[in-house]
Amino acid sequence: MKRPPIYGLLAEFEDPTALVHAARAAREHGYTRLDAYTPFPIEALREALDLPPNRLSLFVLIGGVLGGLAGYLLQYWTSVVDYPLNVGGRPLHSWPAFVPITFETTVLGAALACALGMIALNGLPMPYHPLFNVPRFALSSRDRFFLGIEAVDPLFDRDGTRRFLERLVPREVSEVEH
Amino acid sequence: MSAEEQPLIGPGYTIGSVSDKIASIVLTRPTPRLWWVAFAISSMLLLLLLHTIGYLVLRGIGIWGNNIPVGWGFDIINFVWWIGIGHAGTLISAILLLLRQEWRTSINRFAEAMTLFAVACAGLYPALHTGRPWLDYWLFPYPNTMGIWPNFRSPLIWDVFAVSTYATVSLLFWFVGLIPDLATLRDRSQNRLGRSIYGILAMGWRGSARHWDRFETATLLLAGIATPLVVSVHTVVSLDFAVGIIPGWHATIFPPYFVAGAIYGGFAMVMTLAIPLRKVYGLEDFVTMRHLNYMGRVMLATGLVVAYGYTMETFMAWYADNPYERFTIVNRMTGPYSPMYWSLILCNVVIPQALWFERVRSHVGALFTIAMSVNVGMWLERYMIIPVSLTRDFLPSSWGTYAGTRWDWAMFAGSIGLFLTLFLLFIRFLPMISIFEMRTMVPEAEVREGVR
Repeated sequence: MKRPPIYGLLAEFEDPTALVHAARAAREHGYTRLDAYTPFPIEALREALDLPPNRLSLFVLIGGVLGGLAGYLLQYWTSVVDYPLNVGGRPLHSWPAFVPITFETTVLGAALACALGMIALNGLPMPYHPLFNVPRFALSSRDRFFLGIEAVDPLFDRDGTRRFLERLVPREVSEVEH
Repeated sequence: MSAEEQPLIGPGYTIGSVSDKIASIVLTRPTPRLWWVAFAISSMLLLLLLHTIGYLVLRGIGIWGNNIPVGWGFDIINFVWWIGIGHAGTLISAILLLLRQEWRTSINRFAEAMTLFAVACAGLYPALHTGRPWLDYWLFPYPNTMGIWPNFRSPLIWDVFAVSTYATVSLLFWFVGLIPDLATLRDRSQNRLGRSIYGILAMGWRGSARHWDRFETATLLLAGIATPLVVSVHTVVSLDFAVGIIPGWHATIFPPYFVAGAIYGGFAMVMTLAIPLRKVYGLEDFVTMRHLNYMGRVMLATGLVVAYGYTMETFMAWYADNPYERFTIVNRMTGPYSPMYWSLILCNVVIPQALWFERVRSHVGALFTIAMSVNVGMWLERYMIIPVSLTRDFLPSSWGTYAGTRWDWAMFAGSIGLFLTLFLLFIRFLPMISIFEMRTMVPEAEVREGVR
C-alpha cells in the first residue's frame, strides 16, 4: 500500500464531553481508523469509538493457569519422583502442603501476564510515534483531549476530513507529519 | 461538618492545575530544606546499615543476640514488622480499588512505594540470617550438582515463594500505575535529561483510548490478583510460627490475626508518612482531613481485630487447659518480659481507642501520636511472639533469655535508614500522588451526556 503523505489529522478539544461527542460523530460518519488521546481514562470512549473487547483477560487466565501448573508440577516432580523423602511414612504426594506455593506461582504467572500483556498489546515500548511531532500533543498528558483520524482510513481526505473535524468545533486541527 | 460531607479534593482545582501541582514537586519546585535534612539523617542510617552488614558478613551472625534456645530474634521480628507494614500499601491500592473507595486515590501511589521499600527492608533480614547470604540462591529450586531440592512441605520455603511473589507483584502494580504519570513528566520536563529518562520509562505512552482500555483492565485484574495475594503472604508468614510446636506459636488464630495486625501496622506507617508529607509539600488539598479520618477508622477497626486476637490467645490458653500454653501467657504477663507485654497492650489496644472520637480523628497531632504508638506496639507484638516464646519452651533445662545486641539495634536503625532513603528519593524523582487518577477527581473531568 502506498504510504500517505501525512500520518493523519488531530483535533484538540478542551473538555472530555466535547471529545466524546466528536468521537461518536466521527464514527457515525463512517471513519474507522480513529483514536482518542486523553490525560485519563474515559469510560464513555469505549462505546463512542466502538472499541472491540480487549483480550487481556485471556492472557491473564493463561498466565495464571501456566503458573499454577508449573508450581504444582515442580513440587510433585521434586518431592515424589526426583528426591523422595520418607518422613515418618507419610505420603510423598502430600498435596495440601503444595497448595501455598501453587497459589503463589499462579498469582505470579497471572500478574506477569497481566502487566507484560498490557504493555505488549499496547505496542509499547514504542520509541517513535508520529503524533509526538505535533507540539501541542504534549498537552494530552495534561488537560487536553485529542481525536485523531489516520490517513490510512478509506474515507480520509486531507481537506474533506479537516473540514469535517472543523465542524466539531475543536480548539484547533493539526496535521500529523510522519 | 462530618467527614462524609467534606470533599476529597480542595476547591478550585482544574485538570490542568492538579497535574501541574503534583508534577511541579518533581520538576520545578525547589527541593524543601526539610527534605535535605531528612535525607542527610536517613543516608547516615543507611551507612550504618552497610557497616553492620559488612561486619556481619565478616564475623557471622554471632554478633547478633540470637543463640540457642532463641534462634529467631531481631532478624525475624523486623522481617515480620516490615512485611506487615507493606500490606497496607497493597490494601489501599488493590482492595480499596475493588471496593470503589475513591478516597484511596490520593494516597495509593506513595502507599504502594512504601510497600515496595518495606518489602525490600524485610527481605534483607532472612537473606542475611542464613549466615552466608552469597548462597541464598540455594533457597530457590534449581537443578544443582548436589542433586537435592528444597523441602516443599516446610512453611519456610512457602515464605520464599510468597515474599518473592509479593515483591514482584507489588513492583509490577506500582510500575504499571506509574506509566501514564511518567508520560506526563516526560512532556512537562524542562531539560533533556529528564525528558530522556522519563521518556524511556514511559515507553512511548500516548494516552490512546485503546491503551487506556487495556490499562484499566490490567489495573483491575492486578488488583483482583493482589487482593488474595496480600492475605496469603501474611498467612504464610504466620504459618512459619503456627506450624511449629512452640507454646505461644502453635495457634490456629495466627493467620487472620497476623493479617489484621499487618494492615493495622501498615496504616499506622501510611499515616506516619502522610502527615509530614502533606505538610511539607502543601498537599492538604489532596490528602485532606477526610483521608486522615478514614485511615483512622481503618486503624480502629483492624486494631479491634488485633485486640480480639490477643484476647482469644489468652482465653484459649486457659480454655484449652494445656499447662504449657497457659504458662506462656502467664509468663508474658508476669515474667521477665512483662513490661514489654504491658507496653504492647498500652500501645496497640489502649491508646488507639481514642480513635473512637471524631475530634481525635480530625486532629493531625493526635493521629500522628497514635500512629507512632501503633508502630511501636506492632514491633513489641512481634517481640512478644517470636523471641519471648522461644525463651520458655517445654523443658526448664532449655530455658534462656534474649536481648538484642548493639548490632541488632544498629541493623534495625539501618533498615529504617534504607526505607527512608528510598522513600525520599521516590518523592523527589517520581510523582508521590497518582496524577492521572487525581484528574478524574476534578468535577470538569466528568463526561456530561445529552449536552450540546
